[in-house]
Amino acid sequence: MRISPVTFGPRTCIRLCLALFVLAGLTACSDSGRDSASEPSSQLLSEPKPESADEFPVLLSDWGVLHVSKQELVPGSRSVAYDLNTPLFTDYAHKFRTLWVPKGKAATFDDEGMIQFPVGTIISKTFFYPREGEHLYFDRDETLDFGSKGLALDKVRLIETRLLVHRPDGWQGLPYVWNEQQTEANLEIAGSAFELALYAGTSANGGARPAEPVHQFTYAVPDFNQCQGCHIEDLSTEKVRPIGLKPRHINKAYAHMHEAENQLAHFVQNGLLAESSQFPLAALPRNAKMDSREVSLNERARSYLDINCGHCHNRAGAGDTSGLFLNIEETDQLRLGVCKPPIAAGQGTGGRFVSIQPGKPDQSILSYRMESLDLGAMMPELGRATAHREGVDLIKAWIEAMPGECNIEEVNLI
Amino acid sequence: MVREKRAVMKTNAGSIVAGFFVVALMGLSGCGEPVDKAASADGSNVAVVADFQKQLRTQLIMAKTGDVIEIPKGRFEITRGLSLKVDGVTIRGAGMAESVLTFKQQTQGAEGLIVTADDIVLEGFAVEDTKGDAIKINECRNLVIREVRVEWTAGPDEANGAYGLYPVQCENVLIDGAVAIGASDAGIYVGQSRNVVVKNSRAAYNVAGIEIENTIDADVFDNVAENNTGGILVFNLPGLSQRGERTRVFRNRIVSNNTDNFAPEGSIVGGVPVGSGVLINANDHVHIFDNEFEHNDTANVIVSSYFSTADGAEIKNKTFDPYAEAIYIHDNSYVGGGESPDTLELKTLKLAMYGLDGRFPDVIWDGYINPAVADEGKLPATLAICLQDAQSKMLNVDAPNGYNNPNEDMANHRCELAPLKPVELPFG
Repeated sequence: MRISPVTFGPRTCIRLCLALFVLAGLTACSDSGRDSASEPSSQLLSEPKPESADEFPVLLSDWGVLHVSKQELVPGSRSVAYDLNTPLFTDYAHKFRTLWVPKGKAATFDDEGMIQFPVGTIISKTFFYPREGEHLYFDRDETLDFGSKGLALDKVRLIETRLLVHRPDGWQGLPYVWNEQQTEANLEIAGSAFELALYAGTSANGGARPAEPVHQFTYAVPDFNQCQGCHIEDLSTEKVRPIGLKPRHINKAYAHMHEAENQLAHFVQNGLLAESSQFPLAALPRNAKMDSREVSLNERARSYLDINCGHCHNRAGAGDTSGLFLNIEETDQLRLGVCKPPIAAGQGTGGRFVSIQPGKPDQSILSYRMESLDLGAMMPELGRATAHREGVDLIKAWIEAMPGECNIEEVNLI
Repeated sequence: MVREKRAVMKTNAGSIVAGFFVVALMGLSGCGEPVDKAASADGSNVAVVADFQKQLRTQLIMAKTGDVIEIPKGRFEITRGLSLKVDGVTIRGAGMAESVLTFKQQTQGAEGLIVTADDIVLEGFAVEDTKGDAIKINECRNLVIREVRVEWTAGPDEANGAYGLYPVQCENVLIDGAVAIGASDAGIYVGQSRNVVVKNSRAAYNVAGIEIENTIDADVFDNVAENNTGGILVFNLPGLSQRGERTRVFRNRIVSNNTDNFAPEGSIVGGVPVGSGVLINANDHVHIFDNEFEHNDTANVIVSSYFSTADGAEIKNKTFDPYAEAIYIHDNSYVGGGESPDTLELKTLKLAMYGLDGRFPDVIWDGYINPAVADEGKLPATLAICLQDAQSKMLNVDAPNGYNNPNEDMANHRCELAPLKPVELPFG
């Protein structure tokens, strides 16, 4: 069966996709391929039409925001690639992000200096690992992932692409899982899980093939609800929002495919974002890169906590039940965890008494939960099955450098 | 292939839902998630549902208001956390012994089921052996949990998940006929909520059986709390969205809550003395009456302040009221209890005051009172700690003075408080 992607617009998708979906009956498996999609299209697809909330195209290519061309995964027409100062850690996956805004519309700054995207906006985030042959790597420089126009498919293994689609009634997150041939990704509303092994880069091993994987774990693709779970930063409104596309995260240059100019300026230049006199680009906040040598340890640690924890641990988020707030705006030391006893940490205490014991990362719950792989203890709760060594080291160094002491060595209820 | 009748959902994406069902029922396997074999409670095969997990997950995701999602009879292996985000949905099984979701092989998710929606009914099923919490409901209105069992089947173990049934920041909560066993923190844990009823339920072999925390207006009655470390806890913790008050604990059986404390160190309930019947900490307007207390080895009732809990940056913060006030204990029956208290301080105190064979009185209190409201050590009548059980006494352990002057002086404690109003829920 062969279906021409060009005639395969979202309008016709429900009926057609459904038929395919049922006939193929294979979409539950992450590695399943579909013959009809194995011939890559080099044609530009029609522009996506994300206005109807009822449409769930089962193929990523139906959206037109990414396509496979000449052994590269490239942004679709008018989609712009970007990245973040410090990204969320997800099992050392590399990420390729694109933003697409409907023609004739542009995102704007709201009164708080946040970017509001028009209905129809589609954000994509593709999770992938560097590879050589069958081996996937966790530590290879990401500049090696790219070809001339996009991701070089002979150098990467595509895992999944998550879309955030701005429907008329709000944002919606949709997970697509790539087939083994890297020709197409299929919608997996129920998410998925599979085993992965990651090796250390060859350079660290004198060019020899690494013998044993450094990380072996069950990679989990979030289900539809789990997508929303992280992207709802205010649980009382239950509004799904993009996490990364805040000025402070994207206020940087993008190194890979377009000119190394500021991404926000690039958005403006390409008509995706309208400038604001109230929030001139030059004055926008900027989070630190976690490995920057030019900014303070405090800024780097707070930036890391902001993107990795702040979407739940803020004063309105799902993590507000803990009284621990880790978003960048928080200034109260106690609420940031300094000398703060846990509320409902359960196994997450790791036998420690406060979130942050200044000077003593090994007595701090915060670093314990970042290192733990126990589902009942680890933080974040979703999105990782490995510990982020570099992130843990950063937060430990931050705690180590904190002055003061808290004097809690036991809990007694009488 | 599938005999069980599936829930049929009316939805504006109905054809897609149907499509998912077809796929789910077509028999997908080898996708990295176990194929489930369903069996009835009596062991006979009812049906083999291929990838029940995927089907249930899809039903939860695609649910529409008014849907009833059925969990058929059988044991079903679930490996990744489930979630429900749609208002007005019922999840219904064939009974807490018959319809079982087991999470023994769980590889993802901090809960078995996380619900973030209003007007939810959960009934007639069981969740077993989750790695973290069993069922958490975060920010909700109008929640009913009826005849649901949450259990860690290997018994008390520090590696068990923390909470069994865990509504937090909810308004109007009914937990009726539930069973919670083996939680390494609290079996039934209602946090930061308002208007709560927990009744006809059984909590056993948890660290805390039933815990009401930072909750305003809760009735806890006709329950059995047995063989926990602490039976029923009424707490306030600092730094949260609301301070709890007004809890009535009545007509419960609170028996032999002497299981060793297996909570991880550092957690609040890690500080619950082994052998606590009812433990009130830093909460106000708590009435304990018509309960049957038996053989809780530290004490049948403990009243304490947050001062005992931790030295406390939170106390220095001064936004938190650490005192337990307006506590009214009356018309309970007591059998035994207080013979073998936990903690070195309490052991020493018991031995010194009551001898090797003696026992603590039915109520012990840490002795902290708020100097800002007390007059020469006596709380105003409306905030007093009152014990009207004539046969019982209260021991003030005098923790503020390093246990120097423990006493059974009842002069300020033979008092009464006006009854609290029953909690009324907008549903049955």
